[in-house]
Amino acid sequence: MSPELINLIVQATFESLYMVGIAALLGTAFGLPLGVFLATSRKGELFAAAAVNRVLGIVVNATRSTPFIILVVAIIPFTRLVAGTSIGSTAAIVPLTIASTPFIARLVEGAIREVDAGLIETASSFGASPLQIVFKVLIPEALPGLLLALTLAVVSLLGYSAMVGAVGGGGLGDLGIRYGYQRFMPEMMLAVVVVLIALVQLVQSAGDYLARRVNRRLRHR
Amino acid sequence: MNAHPSLVIGQPIEIRDAAAQPEAMVRFETVSKTYPAYRGKPGVVALQGIDFAIARGSITGVIGRSGAGKSSLVRLINGLEKPTTGRVVVDNRDISALTGRDLRLAQRSIGMIFQHFNLLSSRTAADNIALPLEIAGWSKADIKTRVTELLALVGIADKHDRYPSELSGGQKQRVGIARALATRPDVLLSDEATSALDPQTTRAILDLLANINRELGVTIVLITHEMSVVRQLAKEVVVLDAGHVVESGHVADIFTHPKHPITQSFLAEVTGDSLPVSLASRIVQEPGSQAVIRVQVRGAGAGDTLIARLARELGLDVSLLSARIDEIGGQHVGSLVLGIPGGEGAAARTQAWLSHHQFSAERLGYVA
Repeated sequence: MSPELINLIVQATFESLYMVGIAALLGTAFGLPLGVFLATSRKGELFAAAAVNRVLGIVVNATRSTPFIILVVAIIPFTRLVAGTSIGSTAAIVPLTIASTPFIARLVEGAIREVDAGLIETASSFGASPLQIVFKVLIPEALPGLLLALTLAVVSLLGYSAMVGAVGGGGLGDLGIRYGYQRFMPEMMLAVVVVLIALVQLVQSAGDYLARRVNRRLRHR
Repeated sequence: MNAHPSLVIGQPIEIRDAAAQPEAMVRFETVSKTYPAYRGKPGVVALQGIDFAIARGSITGVIGRSGAGKSSLVRLINGLEKPTTGRVVVDNRDISALTGRDLRLAQRSIGMIFQHFNLLSSRTAADNIALPLEIAGWSKADIKTRVTELLALVGIADKHDRYPSELSGGQKQRVGIARALATRPDVLLSDEATSALDPQTTRAILDLLANINRELGVTIVLITHEMSVVRQLAKEVVVLDAGHVVESGHVADIFTHPKHPITQSFLAEVTGDSLPVSLASRIVQEPGSQAVIRVQVRGAGAGDTLIARLARELGLDVSLLSARIDEIGGQHVGSLVLGIPGGEGAAARTQAWLSHHQFSAERLGYVA
């Protein structure tokens, strides 16, 4: 493989990491509070607001059921408004964030709901405020689950990022389609797939390791 | 027995006259609690006509079968639930009227321990104990000192850095107790705190609670379905059945003269009214060589010399077929099963003698 091609792969890898990294951060910034709220706002829960919970749930489901490629093109005007352009890696972060936020929110909701309801009652019994319960009980107790959720989100984002080539987003997926498929360069396709596999392995291993480290539920010494 | 006036369902029964004794720590004033119908499930009346007081510094057991309303009762005391009617007054404050920040402040003077300990798995023993202090806004240095003090108080100073998954059930409950006492509460609520522990550990935990009551003067409310807990620790008892207080008072009084069937059934767990199988199978109704009489023993020293006196005063070779005597609130409670030789006449004389001396006795039959 020529140095130019290797250069392309390296550049595309950085583009992918950039898009996925920023989108994961933003997706977590929006998705974590949303997920915590979804997990605590049904009737009788900490921030009981059943109607809001239901509306947010519908919005989350709607976003999640829109195919990502359709989401990317459908929100082009919004992307232009936010990023100033609708083309390139930075612009691609907008749809990636919008797709990952509800995904992360649902995963966070699941992890938070796993926390024993008895602990919420316990903290309430010593006069903890709802926010104290979130920060001192729910999030620390759900941390292993939250880290695994985030890992899953990053892996999914890597997959999504392959589709933003449609709006000139760049990245590994785009490279694979343009060179590997459209220019009949199977070695390029293979290289892209290998890099993606390596990235996913790396992210998953790191996530598993962190989740295990913070899990104090069963410790074997 | 239901004719007893204090047993009419819904009637107020008081451990002490609440108005005359302002030192009540917890007072229920005609409290009822109904859970409304929800999603097709019918509403549930959990508590009705609850009216009693718990004296400051006392250890009071609240005993009842599952579904009797014990959990609702304890949640009303710490404000986790609001009564449907009536008031719950804790330390002269109507906790049922408090909300938001006021309620949270009041809750800091009420500690609670739980059947399943409810420790945070992500925090060490020390950090679990620190949690209520962090919530109350204590400084780091004060928390550190207080946590060390508490770990020593509950006897697990060496478990400071252990996570709950590394502790035994008894040690976890000690952490729970230390955590409940962290903010120096006036009341400690125990919700089935020993139900998940083995008998030996239960005894150790109950001893610890007795020490805490004695040394810190903390009022302890024990919610339990286990007679052994009330027997070992409580001085006062409230018997709860189907959402009503059916009996309440000093443990010794209630269990030496149980009136309500529920109270009697709890007592039977201790005194074991059932006969040993080998004896029960031998009892027949046709006259035999010995009449079998069961004598209830209630009160301090009540049964001590019974057999000797029967033998001496009636001249009978009384045999002891079975006996079980236990101590509740310093009083002896149990029963003796006696074999009386000499036919129907001797048996009748024995029963007359027993009733003359205020013993409650019943004829079970004969053994051949």
